[in-house]
Amino acid sequence: MADLLWFFAISSCLKLLLIPSYRSTDFEVHRNWLALTHSLPLSQWYFDETSPWTLDYPPLFAYFERFLSIFAYLIDPQIVDLQKGLNYTSNTVIFFQRITVILSDSCLLYGVYRLTKDLDSRKRILIWVLVVWSPMLVIVDHLHFQYNGFLLGVLLISLSFLEQGKDLAGGFFFAVLLCFKHLFAVAAPVYFVYLFRHYCWCGLVKGFRRLSVLGAVVVAVFAVAYGPFIYHGQIQQVLRRMFPFGRGLCHAYWAPNFWVFYIILDKGLAFLLRKLGFAIQTPEASFTGGLVGDSSPFAILPQITPLATFAMVLLSLSPCLIKAWRDPRPGMISRWVTYAYTCGFLFGWHVHEKASLHFVIPLAFVAVQSLENARHYFWLSIVSCYSLFPLLFEAQEYPIKVLLLLLHSIILWLAFSAQFTKGEEAKAAARIKKKDEQLKLKGNSNRADKKEGFVIGGVEKSYLVGLLVVEIWSQFLHPLIFGDKLPFVPLMLISIYCGLGIMYSWIWQLRWIIRSPNL
Amino acid sequence: MERAKGRKVVKDKEVGDGDLCWWLVHKGIAASFLCIAVFALLVRVAISLHPYSGAGNPPKYGDFEAQRHWMEITLNLPVKEWYCNSTTNDISYWGLDYPPLTAYQSYFHGLFLRFFHPESVSLFTSRGHESYLGKLLMRWTVLSSDALVFFPAVFYFVLAYHSGRPNGHKTHIAWHIAMILLSPCLMLIDHGHFQYNCISLGLTVGAVAAVLSNKELVACFLFSLALNHKQMTAYFAPAFFSHLLGKSLRHQNPVLEVLKLGLVVLGTFALVWWPYLHSMEAFSRVLSRLAPFERGIYEDYVANFWCTTSVLVKWKRIFTIQSLKLLSLGATVSTCLPSMVQQIWAPSNQGFLYGLLNSAFSFYMFSFQVHEKSILLPLLPASLLALEEPFLLKWITLYALFSMFPLLCRDKLVLPYIAASALFVLIYYVPSGRQDAKETRSFNSFVTTCLVSCSVVLHIVYLTMHPPHRYPFLFDAMIMLLCFSQFMLLAFYTNAKQWMLMKHSVLLDKEKKHH
Repeated sequence: MADLLWFFAISSCLKLLLIPSYRSTDFEVHRNWLALTHSLPLSQWYFDETSPWTLDYPPLFAYFERFLSIFAYLIDPQIVDLQKGLNYTSNTVIFFQRITVILSDSCLLYGVYRLTKDLDSRKRILIWVLVVWSPMLVIVDHLHFQYNGFLLGVLLISLSFLEQGKDLAGGFFFAVLLCFKHLFAVAAPVYFVYLFRHYCWCGLVKGFRRLSVLGAVVVAVFAVAYGPFIYHGQIQQVLRRMFPFGRGLCHAYWAPNFWVFYIILDKGLAFLLRKLGFAIQTPEASFTGGLVGDSSPFAILPQITPLATFAMVLLSLSPCLIKAWRDPRPGMISRWVTYAYTCGFLFGWHVHEKASLHFVIPLAFVAVQSLENARHYFWLSIVSCYSLFPLLFEAQEYPIKVLLLLLHSIILWLAFSAQFTKGEEAKAAARIKKKDEQLKLKGNSNRADKKEGFVIGGVEKSYLVGLLVVEIWSQFLHPLIFGDKLPFVPLMLISIYCGLGIMYSWIWQLRWIIRSPNL
Repeated sequence: MERAKGRKVVKDKEVGDGDLCWWLVHKGIAASFLCIAVFALLVRVAISLHPYSGAGNPPKYGDFEAQRHWMEITLNLPVKEWYCNSTTNDISYWGLDYPPLTAYQSYFHGLFLRFFHPESVSLFTSRGHESYLGKLLMRWTVLSSDALVFFPAVFYFVLAYHSGRPNGHKTHIAWHIAMILLSPCLMLIDHGHFQYNCISLGLTVGAVAAVLSNKELVACFLFSLALNHKQMTAYFAPAFFSHLLGKSLRHQNPVLEVLKLGLVVLGTFALVWWPYLHSMEAFSRVLSRLAPFERGIYEDYVANFWCTTSVLVKWKRIFTIQSLKLLSLGATVSTCLPSMVQQIWAPSNQGFLYGLLNSAFSFYMFSFQVHEKSILLPLLPASLLALEEPFLLKWITLYALFSMFPLLCRDKLVLPYIAASALFVLIYYVPSGRQDAKETRSFNSFVTTCLVSCSVVLHIVYLTMHPPHRYPFLFDAMIMLLCFSQFMLLAFYTNAKQWMLMKHSVLLDKEKKHH
């Protein structure tokens, strides 16, 4: 634990130094929530419209903000003033909010501690390095401003209980997490199937008793969270705020997911058909403004409804659900949950690029298990960290994000190559050999690995070089050649390129899950 | 719990590299250097987000404006007028008072600024220029100089230093690199307060590395460049002089050796001073700009001998500037004489590093016109000696930081001050990474705890309380006194240590002869 604290303290120093950096509107969003929960009675929380940044997180998060607002009031009453506090940017509010994020990361710390408690010291240190020093968390939480570290901490705590076989506690913490941020609900089917099969599937009487206990726990959590709002008869308003389907399929900056390709295909087809002489109407929605509004943004392809995305997510989840049903193993739960979040990211409705944190962070615990996983993680975490670059668009943060990614890649490379050469070499080689015989897959490249340990494959390497090309193009060459024209192209390029990468990772994970042998 | 921990430590020792940073050192020195260097760069970028000296403080602003003004001057005026007072170059407003290499560096950085943001360096109109982009570009010039000069120099030094000690533990080398690159004082002054110490100190580190790898001519060249970037680097001159002289004397042909070194030094100087060598007048004009004796023997509340004793003896009133000059010269020379003698007598790599520290200390204590930032110079050899003297490094870093605390407070750099010092302490005490065998725990542990808590209290007092009206600088003076006492003790210790080295080596020599 002391060692883990050391890692945490080092990163906290850096986070402290980053306090004056750029912060997005999310900063004001959270400040407004502090003010709102502090100065209004509970019954008005989900109705207030003083600021455009209305409360759209589940109630537990609102309670959390209410808790923070007590201290905020002690430090500077203006922070929690609903009117006077609007767009308040004094040092007190910046320091207060930034420091709450740094402190709330201790939840992540506890989650990591619980998950790595029983591992051997080397793997443990590796995971600490990957998670506690994650550049993505620094970019999203400490520069852009959000509380993801805290929320992911709850997820990790839940996973750690499941891995220990304490299903009830795991389910409890997952329910808590859902009441903090409903976007985590994508993994709920996996949780449901797993808990049902692993916890409740033991004879009719005992099973039923367990099912009702589990149900009671979950209902209790939701009752604590939503109870007051049900009491006030506001549950519909709360749900409307939490699920704003009017926001459109994609976020202002397209998250690198499946729908990017869908849109591009649509644009391409429209362009092609127009060339061929068909009369195709141009949709009203613009490229850069995101796809907001009810009018169909697509020229040719059918419009996507929230229900369709929901079905897509479930469909893509189904192999994993079947696996979980057939063979509910605690050792696989992190992988399944990660996979679920990947599916949600790829096919979900109005996905933010930040949501890639949901699968990259838990995947770190899987990554240290074997060489192949490590290779996949190395690649995935670089891609998804890069996909966050458009979040920080000001010049001041440019060196920060580049150095963060560079440092992370160097650390990953050093850590994995250290882990998978000495001692582990024999084990890893044996595993690869077995796989070779089993799957007859990529024989040549794997043979090379046996000698050298951690090596990245040719395709992956060229993809990463391509990443560099994309970055140079969008940052330097594009403005030089086109000037201010076509400002959406660099962003589009980044999201298409990263989308490719994340699709690849999804397929890789899917393949791994399907091929994992049943015991 | 305790026992479990103990067992873990034992097990880790058996594994050999079960410490926290085992993954860092696995690929060798170059890879771990790269990793630490990127981290150090990241920390520097993060520090550079904070305010600089004199931000938003007209009419004089601070060091940031000085450096920017130099870029403006060098960019828009011909070389010969850089140091002249004229209608276009108002010397009283941050006139150039560093040697020509700084001027050239300003010129190149000015070109960079002009390319992206011409208004920030235009003549006259850019005075007190403060803008988002202007600040950013200026910060990036320091960052790039750090990455291009200081970092490679440290890499060279680490290679040279550790090639002579093959049995060094890998994690110790990584720790050593981190200690040099993440020195909080240097980062705060260069990237917070705003200066270019990384260039002159980087050149000095390069010169030290060249000395360690027996390339004396390269060392002379690099050190002359360092001198020509910042005259303050002369703090190290006695050590370089004595060590190189001592080494030359041991050659077959000492006169030729000394001649060669002298020629390199003169040649480098001639190269740098070329535009000012055409007339005596131009030369002496630049020279007079470099020695601003009129600024007094010390500035603010610097923790050196003159300033501290001025509480009792009003030096500035008793003596004229002329006699003070002589007095300080005499004191400086006489205090660094022992270390010089030692190096001429028995030059050794180890002794040379101690010599650097000692001569820098005596200059800091006794020379003319010292300011708080000068503590960076003794700090550099102390960080180079980190593996020999971990305690010394910790102590001098903490008190150097403390002695600059009032300055950094004025620059509104308290937050980076706290974060950078915390980072230093954390890396210094990396768990199970570096054995603290050399740091005797029981010995003076009580005293050090007392002193540390004393200085922590003083920090808090300085930040939160107002000094009494009669003594507005009471707290500054207290900080100065505390730091001065610690620096004095350390200086005595390092001088003694340098002489003890010789005793040790003489003993070794005798043993060899016996055998």
